[in-house]
Amino acid sequence: MIKLLEHFGNYLIMLKGMFSKPENGRVYWKEFIHQCYELGMGSLGIVVIISLFLGAVTTIQTAYQLISPLVQKYVIAQIIRDSSFLELSPTVVCIVLAGVVGSKIASELGNMRVSEQIDALEIMGINSKTYLILPKIVAAFVMIPCLIVLSMFLTVWGGYLAATLSGVMSSQQFNQGLVKDFVSFNLIFGLIKSFTFAFIISSISAYFGYHVKGGALEIGQASTKSVVVSCILILFADYGLAALLL
Amino acid sequence: MIEVKNIKKSFGSKVVLNDVSCKMESGKVNLIIGSSGSGKTVFLKCLVGLMDLNSGDILYEGKNVATMLEQEKKELRTQIGMLFQGSALFDSLTVEQNVMFPLDMFTKKSPAEKLKRVNEVLDRVNLKDSNHKFPAEISGGMKKRVALARAIVLNPKYLFCDEPNSGLDPQTSLVVDKLIMEITKEYNITTIMNTHDMNSVMESGDKIIFLYQGEKRWEGSKEDIIFSKDEKLNNFIFASEFLQEAKKMRMMVPK
Repeated sequence: MIKLLEHFGNYLIMLKGMFSKPENGRVYWKEFIHQCYELGMGSLGIVVIISLFLGAVTTIQTAYQLISPLVQKYVIAQIIRDSSFLELSPTVVCIVLAGVVGSKIASELGNMRVSEQIDALEIMGINSKTYLILPKIVAAFVMIPCLIVLSMFLTVWGGYLAATLSGVMSSQQFNQGLVKDFVSFNLIFGLIKSFTFAFIISSISAYFGYHVKGGALEIGQASTKSVVVSCILILFADYGLAALLL
Repeated sequence: MIEVKNIKKSFGSKVVLNDVSCKMESGKVNLIIGSSGSGKTVFLKCLVGLMDLNSGDILYEGKNVATMLEQEKKELRTQIGMLFQGSALFDSLTVEQNVMFPLDMFTKKSPAEKLKRVNEVLDRVNLKDSNHKFPAEISGGMKKRVALARAIVLNPKYLFCDEPNSGLDPQTSLVVDKLIMEITKEYNITTIMNTHDMNSVMESGDKIIFLYQGEKRWEGSKEDIIFSKDEKLNNFIFASEFLQEAKKMRMMVPK
C-alpha cells in the first residue's frame, strides 16, 4: 500500500513537473508533430485491422445468436453501431494501444534514462519532463481520439462487409439499422472515453519509462508494467465512466 | 573557479561522499581519480546538479548553487557542457542534429549560422563527413567526439567529463584525452574529468584529486603523484608490478 502511494505521489510530481515554460517553442512544436506522426502512423495499421475484424466478427456472432423471427434483421446493425461506439472502439482498441503505444513510450524513455540521455538534457538546462513527456501526452490526446473515431467507422464498415458478403442481411437492412434510434450521446461518450484512456496510456507509460533504474532488464519490466497498469486503469475508468455518464 | 565545501552525499545508510572539499582551477584540466565505487561519478553528478547534496556547498565563481534562483541555475547550466561515460547521444538524431540540438534550443541563430557552428566544432574534434550518420552507425571513439562537440558547441565555461576513455582502445583514448586538453586551453574552460585511466592522468591532468571510499585522500599535480608516499594512492596508481618497477626507477632520479 505504501509502495502504491509512493508511486501515485511520484506520478503526480511528474505531471506537475511537466508544466514549465518551454526553452524554445519551435523545438517543442517540432517534437509534438513528430510524436503525433509516430503515435498516429505507428498505430494506424493495427487499428485498421482490429477494427475491421471486430466489426465483422461481432456481426456474424450477433446474427448467429439472434435467431428469433420476432427480431428484425436491422437490429444487428444497431447492435454493431452501439457496441462499436460505446465499447469496442474506445475500450478494446485502447487496450491494444496500451500495448502498442504504451510499451513504445515506456521503453523509449527507459532507454533514454539508462543511457543518460535524460541526464544530458537536464545538464543542458532543459526540463526533460516538459520536453519528453508533455509532447507525448498531448500527441496521445490528439491522435488517440482520432484513431478511435476512425476505428468506430471501420468497425461499422467491417460489420457491413461481413453482413452483406455472408448474406446475413441486405445493405438496405444494414443502413436502416444504422440510422434507427441513433443516440448522438453514444458517440460523445465514446470520445470522452478515448480522451480519458489516451491520458492513462501516455502518462502511465511515461511514468514507468521515465523512472527506470538499472539496465535492459529493467526497461523490459517497466514496459510490461506500463501495459499491465494501463490496461487495469482503462478497465476501472471504463466502468467508472459508464456508471457516471450512462 | 568551482569550490566544493564539505559536501556529503549518501544513499540510505550508505555514505558515498563524506566531507569532500576542494577547488577546481579555472582554465585547467582537474582530474578526479579513484577506483570503481570510490564516489567519482556521484561527485561529478553532485557538481553539475544532477544529484542533491545531503550537506555542504558548491560555489561557481563564488556563487552558491544552493541559494541560486531557478533562472540563475538554468543560466548556469547553459554554461556547462558534459561528456557522459556512454556518450548519451540522442539515438533518433543524426550526428549533425545531435550537435545542433543545444543551438536549436538556446540560440536564435539562422539555420545557416547554426550549421556553420556545428561544422566548426565537428571539425575541431576531427569529425568530418559523418554529419548525416546516426549514433548507431559510428564507432565508440567517434561517439565520444560527437558528444564532446555537442558539449562545447555553446562555448561553455565548464566542461565535465565522466570517464571519457571507458570502452576505448589506448590509441583512441589518447586522441580523446588530447582533444579535451587542447579544447580546455583553447577555449579557457574549467574542465573536471573523472578517470581511472593512468594514461589520462599523466597526459592531461593539471590538478589531481584522489577519492578513496568517498573521501578526498590526496590532492596535487601529476608531478607530485610520482613521489607521493600515500599508500592508498600508490596502490591505486601503481597497481601492476610493471608500474611499481617503473616507479622505483623513477624514484632513483632526483626530483
